[in-house]
Formats: sequence, structure tokens, C-alpha cells
Amino acid sequence: MGSKDSAANRKKLRHPLAQGSPRVPRRQDIHKILIIGSGPIVIGQACEFDYSGTQACKALREEGFEVVLVNSNPATIMTDPGTAHRTYIEPLTWEVIAKLIEAERPDALLPTLGGQTGLNLAMQLQEHGVLEQFGVEMIGARADVIAKAEERDKFKRAMESIGLEVCRGETVNTVEEARQVLDEIGLPCVVRPSFTMGGSGSSIAYNRSEFDQLVRAGLDQSPVTEVLIEESIIGWKEFEMEVMRDADDNVVIICAIENFDPMGVHTGDSITVAPAQTLTDKEYQRMRDASLAVIREIGVETGGSNIQFAINPRDGRMIVIEMNPRVSRSSALASKATGFPIAKIAAKLAVGYRLYELPNDITRETRACFEPTIDYVVTKIPRFAFEKFPEADAVLTTQMKSVGETMAIGRTFKESFQKALRGLEVGSFGFGCDGKDLWGSDEAPTRDEIRAKLAKPNCERVWYLRYALKSGMSIDEIYEQTWIDPWFLDQLSQLVELEEELRAAAPLEQARADLLRRAKRAGFSDRQLATVWQTTEMEVRARRKQLGIIPTFKSVDTCAAEFEAYTPYYYSTYEEEDETPPKGDRKRIIILGGGPNRIGQGIEFDYCCCHAAYAMDELGFESVMVNSNPETVSTDYDTSDLLFFEPLTTEDVLNICDRVEPAGVIVQFGGQTPLNLARGLANAGVPIIGTSVDTIEAAEDREKFQALLSRLGLNQPANGIARTMEQARTQADRVGYPVLVRPSFVLGGRAMEICYDRSQLETFVKEAFIVAQGQPVLIDRFLEDAIEVDVDCICDGASVIVAGVMEHIEEAGVHSGDSACAIPPYSLPGPVVAEIRQAAHALAHALGVVGLMNIQFAVKRENGEIKVYVLEVNPRASRTVPFVAKAVGVPVAKIAAKVMAGCTLAELGLTEDPVPTHVSVKESVFPFIKFVGVDIVLGPEMKSTGEVMGISERFSIAFAKSQLAAGVVLPCDGKIFLSVAARAKDAIADIARRLDALGYQLIATDGTAHRLQAAGIEVEVVRKIQEGHPNLLDYIANEDVRLILNTPSGKGARTDEGRIRAAAVASGVPCITTIQAADACVRAMEALREEELTVQALQDRFPLDHDSGQRQTADV
Amino acid sequence: MADDGRGIAKIALEDGRVFTGRSFGAPGEVDGEVCFNTSMTGYQEILTDPSYRGQIVTMTYPLIGNYGVTDEDLESAHPHLAGFLVRENSRVSSNFRAEDALLEYLRKWNIVAIEEIDTRALVRHIRERGALRGVLSTVDQDDASLVAKAQSSPGLVGRDLVREVIAGEARSWTEPLSPWARLDDDRSTEPGPESPHVVALDYGMKWNIPRHLVNQGFRVTVMPGTATAAEVLAHDPDGIFLSNGPGDPEPLTYAIETIRELLGQRPVFGICLGHQLLSLACGAKTFKLKFGHRGANQPVQDLATKVVEITSQNHGFAVDEDSLPDELEVTHRNLNDGTIEGVRHRSLPAFSVQYHPEASAGPHDSRYLFDRFRELIQPSLTS
Repeated sequence: MGSKDSAANRKKLRHPLAQGSPRVPRRQDIHKILIIGSGPIVIGQACEFDYSGTQACKALREEGFEVVLVNSNPATIMTDPGTAHRTYIEPLTWEVIAKLIEAERPDALLPTLGGQTGLNLAMQLQEHGVLEQFGVEMIGARADVIAKAEERDKFKRAMESIGLEVCRGETVNTVEEARQVLDEIGLPCVVRPSFTMGGSGSSIAYNRSEFDQLVRAGLDQSPVTEVLIEESIIGWKEFEMEVMRDADDNVVIICAIENFDPMGVHTGDSITVAPAQTLTDKEYQRMRDASLAVIREIGVETGGSNIQFAINPRDGRMIVIEMNPRVSRSSALASKATGFPIAKIAAKLAVGYRLYELPNDITRETRACFEPTIDYVVTKIPRFAFEKFPEADAVLTTQMKSVGETMAIGRTFKESFQKALRGLEVGSFGFGCDGKDLWGSDEAPTRDEIRAKLAKPNCERVWYLRYALKSGMSIDEIYEQTWIDPWFLDQLSQLVELEEELRAAAPLEQARADLLRRAKRAGFSDRQLATVWQTTEMEVRARRKQLGIIPTFKSVDTCAAEFEAYTPYYYSTYEEEDETPPKGDRKRIIILGGGPNRIGQGIEFDYCCCHAAYAMDELGFESVMVNSNPETVSTDYDTSDLLFFEPLTTEDVLNICDRVEPAGVIVQFGGQTPLNLARGLANAGVPIIGTSVDTIEAAEDREKFQALLSRLGLNQPANGIARTMEQARTQADRVGYPVLVRPSFVLGGRAMEICYDRSQLETFVKEAFIVAQGQPVLIDRFLEDAIEVDVDCICDGASVIVAGVMEHIEEAGVHSGDSACAIPPYSLPGPVVAEIRQAAHALAHALGVVGLMNIQFAVKRENGEIKVYVLEVNPRASRTVPFVAKAVGVPVAKIAAKVMAGCTLAELGLTEDPVPTHVSVKESVFPFIKFVGVDIVLGPEMKSTGEVMGISERFSIAFAKSQLAAGVVLPCDGKIFLSVAARAKDAIADIARRLDALGYQLIATDGTAHRLQAAGIEVEVVRKIQEGHPNLLDYIANEDVRLILNTPSGKGARTDEGRIRAAAVASGVPCITTIQAADACVRAMEALREEELTVQALQDRFPLDHDSGQRQTADV
Repeated sequence: MADDGRGIAKIALEDGRVFTGRSFGAPGEVDGEVCFNTSMTGYQEILTDPSYRGQIVTMTYPLIGNYGVTDEDLESAHPHLAGFLVRENSRVSSNFRAEDALLEYLRKWNIVAIEEIDTRALVRHIRERGALRGVLSTVDQDDASLVAKAQSSPGLVGRDLVREVIAGEARSWTEPLSPWARLDDDRSTEPGPESPHVVALDYGMKWNIPRHLVNQGFRVTVMPGTATAAEVLAHDPDGIFLSNGPGDPEPLTYAIETIRELLGQRPVFGICLGHQLLSLACGAKTFKLKFGHRGANQPVQDLATKVVEITSQNHGFAVDEDSLPDELEVTHRNLNDGTIEGVRHRSLPAFSVQYHPEASAGPHDSRYLFDRFRELIQPSLTS
């Protein structure tokens, strides 16, 4: 009856866009666009803004715009000289950016892609008239729009005007006003400072004294001295909507996210799930209507926004929590969860495109103007670092505390949840039934302990949900403790029930195929099954393969398979049909990523992995990325040829290898995560390329390494290995105190401590054994007052290039990841540097390294002679690789990857060590502001989350820039407090004299003051804390002191000096804790009197890079 | 597998492909055209949409049943589809409005359903091959037998499914939109005895359509789609609405005839099947799409304003652009495949859309079309 073949019909279809629209979508009146990055990785602002900024740069370049980028973080892909046309690695302050605006004269500023930092800086540039002065237009969101979304009062009024409910509450500027509001809304209530990122400073007050305290802290933290006091909606369900709008007022929802943890926990700290699971269509559409109304009322002209809602589970009452008028952490998650590139599209919308004028990259045939629909479940789980900050309050609140996250995709919630738990890399392989599971062990918690852990949100709660179920608590009971939606609780209960069925089916050989298949479909890992059936992971794997139970890989395609997908982005699941493409002509190289960010392993390694992918592409391989971190550039669908969004475990990687049949796997670039898998993969026959697994292990093997060093005639601090406490005591006595204690095979200096005597040794060794998880503990002689030096080099098996020699500012003993450092060395004599280079060459040769190697040296003056010690060798990418690459202008990681794939350094045109033409200083950035009251003293355990870079012709100015970039504002005048430990008293006199000469007023407590007065330096004496008021804490509180120099004699939040340092952090007073850093700071302050900071683009420092975006010598 | 008494179920397609899963609805065997819906929410609205008559519906979102079912969200008195395919049914219903579990609801209405199949593989198969006939069975486990049955299933083309889903009597409709269907509760235009009167011709109408008409301030009379023009005009309507409905529009000659007679007599607005019937009445032709549009994320552009609406859709047939008579102007187009999504009569007060402005399930972007209908009936309102 008139039906036709649709294919025939399709040919005749007149597509609206095929009709040759007369409109030119791209704006023709702007040519040069400035993008501000988000600076160092901190809690609340991580790799996601490198991802969004990089996408934006690429998108704008593609449209022919000239892109100017500023960011202080060298470990980003966006600051690679090929990403933008003009790249400034400079401190992110409005004054500095004003300088580069003056130099570059951009037509427009796109403020919405650099996180809260980028947004705030754009607002400051606006307020200070810089944008107006230089005729820079804000595109994407105007200043008034940003203010309307960000200022609580304006936002609230806007919401009320469109009939949406918000939390009752008011913003205040004083404690007195706050108390009046409290009388109206009652306790508990939320105290939230305005204009901070990651909900920083936002907390819940349960009593009046807590309330006063939180209000004071909040007023201090808010750049506009404003806090919001709000009714508490703890226990309500929390949802997020990712919204996009174009200049024609087309609005689409990209993704709805439901929080597993109800209101009260910051969304960055919550387990979150996409899409929303427990909303009917009616409720979802109401929320969608509200989202559209919000973005229109606030007036975000183009781009992405994130809107958070709370829903009362008892009656459906809906409240708008907040809106971010920019791309956010959640937009990165939404992009990775759906395949829709929010940042890229946002950038294109900002320059004039309409949503319907942009193609959907994934389907090609359809447009970006649609709402993605997904046919899988996405679970994100945050990763915490409380083990690094034992003094911190581990209760989760509305202030974000997590340092990273992992995301997993599965066809059911159960599968995606268990995959995410093993992707978290905390030693768990799913929802219990693994080595870390306390249930069934001697340490199984009691019911009371379980209840306590359920009632207050904390990072271990997910495990206690399991214990609660195992202990027989009903879902209703658990719900009453946690307010976690019963749907989620039932899913967890199903996992526990299935686990019990699995236990009953033991042993492995007798387990029926359908049961095994059900377990795999529910996300159980081979490790869990091995634990349940008391066998090995490999036995389970063999059995399951024998039964034909192997994973299928399905695509992430934005459209639930309605259209064909062209973007190869996959996840594993146990279904019938696999969608991965068969192997073509090109050989495949797998790059294993670094998983969730943590302290010690973050964006630097993701940077390296991206470069490995670029390198493989340039060499004609098909690059295959495996990673589970949704924040990253590496998990962008156009970074590699194939992307597998999977947990980094032996099982998951082997499954991918089975499918992909790689010619090689790169384990050197993703930090410790892939290295920990290397042995298992190699044993299973996976071809690891570059430095062999044997070599990697040999470098970690103390005895072999010692033999090697003595063969090469290199020095090493006396050292030993201990597997028992008794051995530890013996070894420490033998090498002599002080000793450095650390577990082997652990990154980031976890549980690493310096012990000055036996009692300290016993305490710390005990902890190190726990962290080492069966591996031995290393005991080294600690070299006091030594200078530490880091070296990154590349070796192709025959020749070696030392890419960078970094002299640390802080003395040996401060973790290299926490120390500031300079390229080239700023105080070491030339012959010492030459000796270090030689040693690096010798070690690389001797070990047979193919790829990257990092070596740590200590330089110590002993009896008038300078002696170089080798502390550690790591034949892998190090945290400093991106910094070195930017300091010397050589794409170190990319070259190393090519070397691993078989190129020689000579073929790559690299025959000599690069010589830096300027000084680069890396400074570390710490999360102490998020952990109120924690002592900030640096030690062998790494605590920093991020880094910044300062570049100049002079060390002192480069250091000054690095401090400014790290948020350490060196004062020009005012009071400086000095308090140093006994052994630093000599050094302090010189520093004090120079500060005095610069005109600062010095204050000190008794001991230090006497010492300085004796040296003829004028100093005011202040009381110690126990001596009553006014003491230093009062000076800090009154903002009477501008800089604190305090080297520790003891540490801990309970000591006087610990309280001083914590108070300094809380009040934003810079606090320097080492003499070396103090010396560098004084040099910086001296230099700043002599010259003004200037800015320079990387492309001007390395002119050859400019056109191609490639580094000069590196192209093959 | 059958640990809780729920046995194996199979879905077999006419081209020989068979998927095996578990039954989670009523036992039995049904046949129909296998299609898929990409909406992540709204399974209850989909189940009760009469347009799915004769179809076995696959939900692409894998987790279904999470929030249970409630009478508030019905689109008709009971499910109309032939069978229901999902990846995983939820055993709990978590929502304060939930009155029953999905599984109980399906059993109560004797709907055969299957879970634990690779729904994505099935969807990809349909995408490649086009809509296929299939048999869903909990009783027959023999693949060959099921495939043979699928091959003898009548399919949708040329069948009149409308008569199978409509009530025989004219009735007045007074129920407004549920408070959950809108952000505000404001109903400034509650219909009274003097309000304009709309006759809605029911071809398998979703209830949210007359609810919208009530919210527009209309008195609404629902008449069976088999009514003649004279019968319709006997109610002295101010406007005539043509509803959605199941299957192929071309066999519905009685409806086409009625519409042809009514055109020009009163303002006409049609949705989905109503849109196809209006087009046919004006002389256009329809054709069967390869696998149809079913979901809540279909982008449609209003060609006059360029504004894009995200729409709810459920149709397997579409109006053939080449057959479009001069009197009809294309007003809306699908951004994905360019197919016609809306037409307007150039000289008579009549317009229609292929998609579902009443949403349910789906976004509310297209509600303005009900305003447009009211403006057509009461031109004075436009000012």
C-alpha cells in the first residue's frame, strides 16, 4: 500500500542543512581568543579542565581562530606548544593576565572552560576594567550572567522569579547577620562561602558554636567576604543536569546524573550514577523543564552549564541547589558518560555556531542538537587521600575532599558499580570478596561499628553498606541510617545474595557455567571469584575462557545504537555481541593509563600517556588507550585510535589484549598503576615494549641494584631491607640513624618517614609493613642537609639523552613531589652537574633502559668535599616529565614512546642533551586548606596535589613567579614572623638580615629573637601560645603578619608550631617551613624590588615550535 | 536459570535470529513487529500508548521497572503492545508515587515480557535489517518453530489496528494534566460551559492529549476515529483534533474520508497518525520507515523559527515528501534524517505534526503547538 524502500527514500530527503543556509555560523568579527586555564591540580579542580581547555583550543583552532592560552600548570596537554598558538605558562592572577592581554590584544575571552579559577579571573579582569581597556569581549557568558549564577542572592531571586524553589536562607557579610538568619531557619543548617571552588568551605553546622566558627571561616575564605546560611536538606535525593544552550535559545540536556549519596555530601565526593535511575518520566521532565528555565533566566548565552537539584524522596518536592555557568567536573563526567563532547561544542557555540549547525562526531550523520540517550549504566566513585592526612576529619560534607575519581561503564548498575570499585585501585576488586574485605576476617566490624559508619558519610561507607547487608540489616534499616535510595540498596543486596550463591557453589570446577556467567554479568571480577572459591585469578580466568565466558565490548555512541557509531569508544560487558573492529593493516599498541588521580599519581602521567598515543599515531600504529579516569585528556575519544574505558586490573587489561591483539603494550607512562600490572601481563604472554619487566624489577631489587652501583663506582647511602621488625632494628643500627623508612613498590612516598631513634623506627616500620602489603620495607641512611637532584633521561638501549637535571629547593627528606625544583640547577657547581649526568648515562646503559628513566640523587658536602649519592632509579615516566619537556622545549614523553616502539634517538634527531635557555622553577601545591587543622610540615610522604611553573631568565624571578602561581603571595612590606628549630638558627641570621634590609618588620618568639638580637638584628618579641595573649595566633587572626617562616622541630597538629602553621593556612598567610625555601623566597623578594614580572609565550622561547605545533627535533 | 520460577523465554525474528532470556511478565506467546524505544524514562507511558498495538517493544535503556508503576502515569486504561523486551527488570519499585511493581502490572494485564537478553545486539540488528516480525514466547523453546511463526506473523502494513484499540462511544473528557506534568499548578483557563469545544477523533489516543486540550481551556469530546464527518459536526465543535494511533495509515480509508470532508469546516490539528491521515486526506502518500522513530530525544526543527525542539516520537510510517500536494507546506523537519515532522495547509486552518507535543513520555518542548491550535480556533487570542 504505497510503502517504499526507505533507502530509496532517504536519498531524496531534503536535509535542512543540505539546502545551503545563507548564514555564516562562525563569527567573523573576532580573530583572536584568550582561554584561561584552571592552574594547578587542587581538590575540586583537576584534569577535567585540561580536558575541557584542550578540547576548546582544538575546536577554536579548527575554526581558524588564533588561540591564546594562559595556565600556570605545566603538566597539561593544553600548555603543550602545539595546542594553542600563543601559550603562556604564567601565574594566574588578573595582573599577570592583564599584561599578556596588553601584549596579545585578543578580541575575546572565553571564560567558561577553565573551571572556577578561569571564571573568577575573568570576573576580576572585568572588574578591574582590563577587558574594557583593551576591548576584549567576554564570549559564552557575560560578567552579569556569571554574577547572577554565582552570587547567591541574585541566583535566589532569579529562581524565585521563575517559580522555582530554592533552599531557604540568606547571604550575610558578618557573624551578627548570620545569627539573625539562623534564628529564622534553625539548625542544622549549611554555611557556604560565595565564589569558592569545589564548594570549598561549605559545611553543615549542628550547633551554635560550630555555626559561629563556620561562619567566620567562611567569611575569610570567600573572596567577597560573603557566606550563605541555608536550611539543611540532608537526606534528600541529589541530581545534576548537564545543559547546553546556543545563541538561538536551543537548549538540550546532555546527561542527568543521580547521586548515590544523598544531599549533604558534595557531589564531587559522592558516588554518582548516570543516567538518573529513580525518576519517573513525569519527575524527570519537570526537572528538565526547570533546567531549561534556569539556564534561560540566568542567561548563559552559549555553552554548557551544570544545575543541581534536590528532591524530597517523601513527596517529590524539588529544590534548585546551584548552577555552574561553565563546564565543570560533572560536564567532563557527562561527556565521558555519553560520548557528547561538551567542551568542544561549548567552544563552537561561543563563536557563533548553533547546535543544529554542528555535527555529532560520533554518528557523523546526525547533529549535535539532540539529547544523548545511553544504553548502559555509568558509575563514578571518588577517591580519597585521608591516609595522607591522618589528622583530617574524614567525615564527608558539602566541602569536597576527594582527590580523584574513577568511572566505569556496564550494562547493569551492578556491573558498572563493581567495575568502578575495582577501578578505584584501593586493593578492592569489587563489592567485597577480595583481599581487602573485612567481612569474615578477624577485623569484621560489629553492628555498632557498622551503624556508626553508616550514619555519618565517610569514604569507607560503601564497604560498611556491604557489612550491614552481610550482618543481616534490612534495607529499611540501612535506609534510615543513610538515606541512600532503596533502589541502590537493593542492587547492593542482590550482589550480596549472588555472592552467597557463589559460595554455595564451590569449588570452581563444579560451578555451573550459567552461574559463572551470571556472576560475570553482575560485574564480579576473577579475583573475587578466586577468593570465593579459594583458587587463583588465573584459574578462574582459564575456566571461564574454557566455558566460553568472555567479555564483549560495546560502544559508547550517544544514541543507544539508533545510528551507526564511528568513534571507537568501548567498554566491556558480558553480552552476546562484540562491536570492536577487526584488526586492520596497522599494528596496535596499547597504552595503559594511570587510573584515578591520587596524591603522587595524577595529571603528569596522563600527559605522558597522551603523548604516547600521539607518538604511536605518528609512527603509523593504531593507538589503543585504556584508562578509567573520566577527568582526563587520555580518555577523550580523539586522543587515541581506540579507547577502552576500563578498570586497570590484570583481568580487564588481559581481556582487552585478547580482543585487540596488540603488537606491544606500554606500561611505563601511567605511573605505578600499569607498572603493578606489568609482571602479570608479561607472564600471560603480553608483549611489553620498552624497558623490560625484568629491568624494571631489577631497579627495585635492592641487592641487584647495590651490586650494579658498586660495579659502576657510584655511591649509595647505606641501606638495608627488612621483612620483620627485628630485621628493621638490626638494619637501622647497621646503617646508622637517622634512617629513612619506606615500603617498596609504593608511589608517592606513602608511609615514608625519617626516624631519628629506635622508638620512632618501631612506630613507623610497623605502619610501613601494613602499607607494603607483604612486600619488604626499605631502610636507608638518611642524608641530612643534602641537596636532592632529579634527573629525567631517555635511553634507546644504546645512547642516552639527559633531558633535564632538576635541583630541589627543599633539602633531601622532603618528598621530591612536594619539593620545589629548578632547571637548570641554581646552586650546584658545574662539575657536580657533569658528574650527575655521567652517572645517569652509566645507569641507563647498565640497566638496558629503553624509554624513560628517572634518577634521584643527593648531593652532600662532607668534610669539605662534595659527594654525589644515587638514591633511587625508576625506569619509567616520572612526575617531572611534563615540567622538563616545557623547561627544555623537547617533547620528552613523545620521544621516549617512539624509542620504545623501536626508533633510535639519532633517528629522532636527538644526539645531545638539550641545554635550557632560561630558568624554570616548579612549585608544588597542597590541599591543606581543605583539611582544616592539619599540620603542613613537609616530609618524605608526598602531600601535594598539583604543581605550577615559573619561567624567567633569572632563578629568583622564576621562583617568585612559581610562588605567585602557587598562591603564595610574597609581601612587599609588613611583619614577618620567624621561628626556627635549633639546628637552623645559624642560617636564619643571614635570612633575617636580608629581610631587615628590605624593610620588613621582623617578629619572633623568645629563642629565635634572642639569637637574632645577638646578631644585631632588630626584632620584636611575641608571646608563645602558652604564654597568653597577644600571641602569634592573634597576630595571624588580626592579619598583622604577612609571612611566616617556621622550620619544624616537631610536628603534628597538637604541637604549638603545628597550630601556628595550621592557623596560617586557614588565614591564607604564606608559611614557609624550610630554610632553603626561605632563602629562595628572600632572593625572590629582593629580585622583585629590582624588576617587574614580565610574561613571555612559550612559542617565543622556543621559536621553532610555532608553525607545526611540533617540537623542533622530534619529528620522525 | 529458573531459580525463582521464572522460566526461559525467547524472542525469534523472521530472519532467523533468536535471543534467549528469562520471562518476567505473563506466560504465553505473542507475535508482532519488533521495534525499539530509546527513551530512558517513561516505560509505563510507553506500555500504555495504544500506538504500540501489534508491536513487541524493546527498551534500549537496560534497567527498567526501577520506579514501579502508578495510575497517575497511564496513557490509556491498559497496555496495548504485544510484548516487552528489556535487559533487566528491577525487583523493587523505588518512588514515592509507586503503586505497584512493573512485573505485577505486566502479569495483571497478561503482557508477555523477557529480560536478560542483549537488547543492544537486537537493536543493532533491527537498525541494520529494518523492522522485523518476531515471536516472543515462554512456551515454545524450539528456535526453528519460533522463526517459522515469526515469518507467518501478519506484520503491520495494510492492517487496520485502530479498530482494535478504540472505544465505540463518544464521551466527554474533563481530566486536566497531572500536577507532575508541569512545573506550576496554574490553570487559568479552566474550561466552562461557554468554552470552545473540541472534538478529538480517537484513533488510539494517548490520554495526555485530551488533558492538554482541557488545560488549554477547551471542552473536549472524544469520538471514535470511525465517526463520520456528519457525526462529528453534529457535536458542533469549534475545532477538531486528530489523534495518534497504531500502525499503517493507508488502510484507514474511513478516517481519511471523514477528514477530507471536515477540512475547511473547522480548524484541524493532528498528531502522529492524525498527521499522516491529514496528509493522506490532502492527497499525500505515506511510506514505512526502515525502523521508525521511537524515543524522547528526536530533534525537530521548526523551519520558520529555526528553533529546535527535542521531541517524543513513536511512528513507523511517515509522509512521503515527493507526494506532498501543493496545498501542504512542510513546517517541521527531523534533524537526524530530514523526514517531514510537520505540515500546514496553505489555505485551510489545518496543521499537524508527526511527533508528540503531549510528550508523556518525553520532553515538553513542543507544548506551544496546543497554543497554536487554540489560536487557530480563537484568532482573537493571538493578539
